[in-house]
This record gives sequence, C-alpha cells and structure tokens, in this order.
Amino acid sequence: MKPQTRRLYFYRALLVIAVVALWQFVSGRWVNPLFISSPSAVFDRLVAFLAGGKLAFHASYTALHAVAGFALGALLGVAVGILLGRLHRLALLLDPFLMGFYSLPKIALAPLFILWFGVGTEMKVLFVAMIVFLLVFLNTYTGVRQVSREQVTILRLMGARESQILRKVVFPSAITWMFTGLRLSVPYALIGAIMGEMLASNRGLGYIVADATAQFDTAGAFAGLTAIIVMAVVLNATVRWAEQRAMPWRQAESDRELSL
Amino acid sequence: MINRPLIEFRRVDKAFQVDSGLRPAVEAIDLQVAPAEIVTLVGPSGCGKSTLLNLTAGLFAPSKGDVLYGGSPVAGLNLKVGYMTQQDHLLPWRSVLDNIALPLEIRGLDRRAREQRARELVALVGLEGFESYYPSQVSGGMRKRCALARLLAQDPETLLMDEPFGALDAQLRLALQIELLRLVRALGKTVLFVTHDLDEAIALADRCAVFAGRPGTIVSTLDVALGRERDLLGLRLDPRYVELTQQLWRLMAPSLKAQGHSPSGAGVPR
Repeated sequence: MKPQTRRLYFYRALLVIAVVALWQFVSGRWVNPLFISSPSAVFDRLVAFLAGGKLAFHASYTALHAVAGFALGALLGVAVGILLGRLHRLALLLDPFLMGFYSLPKIALAPLFILWFGVGTEMKVLFVAMIVFLLVFLNTYTGVRQVSREQVTILRLMGARESQILRKVVFPSAITWMFTGLRLSVPYALIGAIMGEMLASNRGLGYIVADATAQFDTAGAFAGLTAIIVMAVVLNATVRWAEQRAMPWRQAESDRELSL
Repeated sequence: MINRPLIEFRRVDKAFQVDSGLRPAVEAIDLQVAPAEIVTLVGPSGCGKSTLLNLTAGLFAPSKGDVLYGGSPVAGLNLKVGYMTQQDHLLPWRSVLDNIALPLEIRGLDRRAREQRARELVALVGLEGFESYYPSQVSGGMRKRCALARLLAQDPETLLMDEPFGALDAQLRLALQIELLRLVRALGKTVLFVTHDLDEAIALADRCAVFAGRPGTIVSTLDVALGRERDLLGLRLDPRYVELTQQLWRLMAPSLKAQGHSPSGAGVPR
C-alpha cells in the first residue's frame, strides 16, 4: 500500500471515530435518545440481532430480493439493450415510450406490483428487476449505439460476419456502458428491495427498519440501517470487482501515467 | 505503362447528400492503378482524396461514372482491400498480439496457426516484447506498427492508406515509410496512399496524383521514376528527387494560392 493511501485510510478511520464519539456524547446529554439512539445501544442491538440469528434471517431475504432482482433485470437489460441497439428502426419506434417509462418514478408502481404479484418474494424480486432492467437496458443500448462505425467497417472489410462483429466489437465496447448501468443499479436494486419490504412484508431489513421505527425502537432502526449499508458496500464492491475482471484494459488505462 | 489496371476510375463524380442538397466531393476523376503499383494522392485537405479510397473500398457508390476493381465494377464492400487510417482503430480491449490476430480469427484460422502468424508479424514490424500490452499502454508509433501488422495479417491485395503516418514525428514517420515500402514491395501489394505531405507523396510513389479544388479533381499526374527499390534515407540527396518535389510544389502552388494559403510545409525546396 502506498504511504498516501495508508494516510488516507488513517484519516478516514479518524473521521469515523470522531463522528461516533460525538454521537455517543450528545445522545442523552443534548438530544433525546428516542430520536438518535446512541452508538453503544445500536451496537448492543446489532450484537443481539446477530446472536439471535435475526439479522442473518432478514438480511438473507433482502439479499435474495436485491440480488435475484438485480440478476434478472441485468440479464434482460443487457439482452434487450443489445437487441434494440442493433435494430435501429424498432428502437426509433419505441424511443418515446421507453423514455416516458424511464422518467416515471418507479416507486409509484409498487402498489400495482403488490396487486399483481402479491406480497411475497416474487413481488420484490420483480420490482427490483424492473428498476434494474431500465437502467441496464438504457446504458447497454447507448453503448451499442456508440460503437464506432469506422471500427465496424474495418472489420467488415476483413470479411467479418455480423455475428463476429457482434462478438468482437459490439459486445466488448458495450461492456463499458453495461457496467456503468450495473454500477448505477446497485443502490436502486437495494431501494427496490427495501421499499418492497417496508410496504408489504414481515421479512427483510426494510421490514426491520419500518417495524423498529413504528415501535419507537430507534436503536433497532439504526441497527437495520447499519446492516443495509454493509450490504450496499458489499454489493458495490462485488460489481466493481467483476468490472475489473471483465475489463482489464480499463485498469491498464487508469494505471497509465497521465499524458496529454 | 499500364496494361491491365487493378483499380480504375472512369469519369467518376461523387456528391454527398447534405441538408442543403447535394454537395459534390470529387468531379471527373480518371485514374488507373496497375497491380503492385503505389499511387499517392496528394493535395490540400478537403478536396476529396479520401473519397477515392472509400469508393475503392465500396463504402459508397459513385454518383456518376464507374469505379472498377479487377475489371468489374465495385458493388458493395470490396473485400480485396484493407484500410489503414490516421486513427489506428485498434481494439482497446485486445492486446497488441490479439489485435494483430484479429483478421486471422475472422478468417477462421485455428489458435496455433493464428498465434504463429501473429508472432511472425510482431517480429516483422518490430514489436517483440510488447505482445501482451494493451494499445493504451504503448506509444503512438507502436500503435501504428500494430495497425500495420494487423493490415498485413489481413493480407489484402490492395492497401488503402489515409494519412496513416500523419500524426507522427519526422523520424518515426521515415522509419515507418521505409518499413512500409520494404513490405509492400516484398509482398507485391498495390497501394493507394493519401497524404498532404509533399515529401511523402514523392518518396513512396510510383506515381503521384495531384488533387486540387473543391469539389476536388486530379489536376495532374506525376511519374516518379526513382526505381521500385529505393533508399529513402539517401533520397533527399538525389537530384531527381529534388527535381520531382520541386515539380510537385509548382503543381500545388496555384491551388494553394487560390485558397489564400501562403505556401507552407516541410522541406519545400526553393
């Protein structure tokens, strides 16, 4: 690790300690713990959740909703994005409708999803998939449309068939955009999962937060939020890791010394 | 001197559709290129030199006249040609070696044959040691070498080159010109080479077509009788070369003056 990086981590740790200490200090002294709880209470509650298996139980549901929905939405988004990216006329026809749908706050569809798919796992997975699909689709589509025409022509002159052009140019050059879509989708997948769990469920971290807050159990709510943050960080890191594995040349580009 | 041309332009006009109607790019082009001949197209930018390459490649059809390749009209993409432009169009996600192997993959060679041929080409263009680098990790000159090796892997009958060495410094440019000339002669390739550099236009050419005007047309053709095998390093001292560049300069000066440009350019003999 470079010394600068180590120093950066050190200051970050310092920041966390300072904020937690401040939180602990003001709680009960200046601010009613009913509103902000306190780090020690949240920690106790997390330990209790962990020990009782409650956290694992609810977190596994949230993970299932977010990850399954993410996978389904991403798969469909990439497939449809590539398809429409190649079928220019169809894309032109559908463009205003897709944009209209994209502009709609997806949360507004949650009640309908409950009506259609009930209050079980299917509803959350499909709700997440719908949100992720739109983001991944739009980015992949843009990526496919941005493929350099010169590049494609040069391959055609080499005698490449359509399938070879797809495999050797279109797909790799769309990957960058696809991953942008995937990375953007992580928080939305969680929003979808948590939102679904808050609205209609008795499982998942979203349910924990909603339930604890309803009972004025602020420590429980913060414990749930902490678990959600941890899950978000893990999911983000996973996508980033996959991105680096899938696109080693990008790493090479960013490692290069800056030159103009 | 030409018995059976490989590429032939017969009274070719090409106009492009733009918002305000048709914008002519080239007019009344007559040009014949013999097999294994190097013809350079020289002239100020924007006079339609590249249009001739695109017509030869069959990227679009002429508005009037005929473009013939191997005796028959070019219809659709012409797979007998390979392109090299100022942007090298290497695939950034492929290593140098894999970029060079791309045409071999498309042709369906098996892995071992591909690898072997690509390594031969790496050696030929002097990129040993850089096989596994990504294009973003190597210098501009190496990228050109890689693009040249890829073009040779494709092994087309005719090379269409559109200012391929445009952005390079003089030394590197000379090195690549020497390399190109050696390879093209050894492999018997036909070359259409667009440039706006007068020295390059003479140094590489068997014949040099001089463009002028907007829409562009060929105002003159210069026979460059410097021999098929030539020493590019010593060329500058050759009185015939000096005479030819002077001649080319005199041919180009009127069109530059007409455009209101003051004469500029490297190595202009007085």
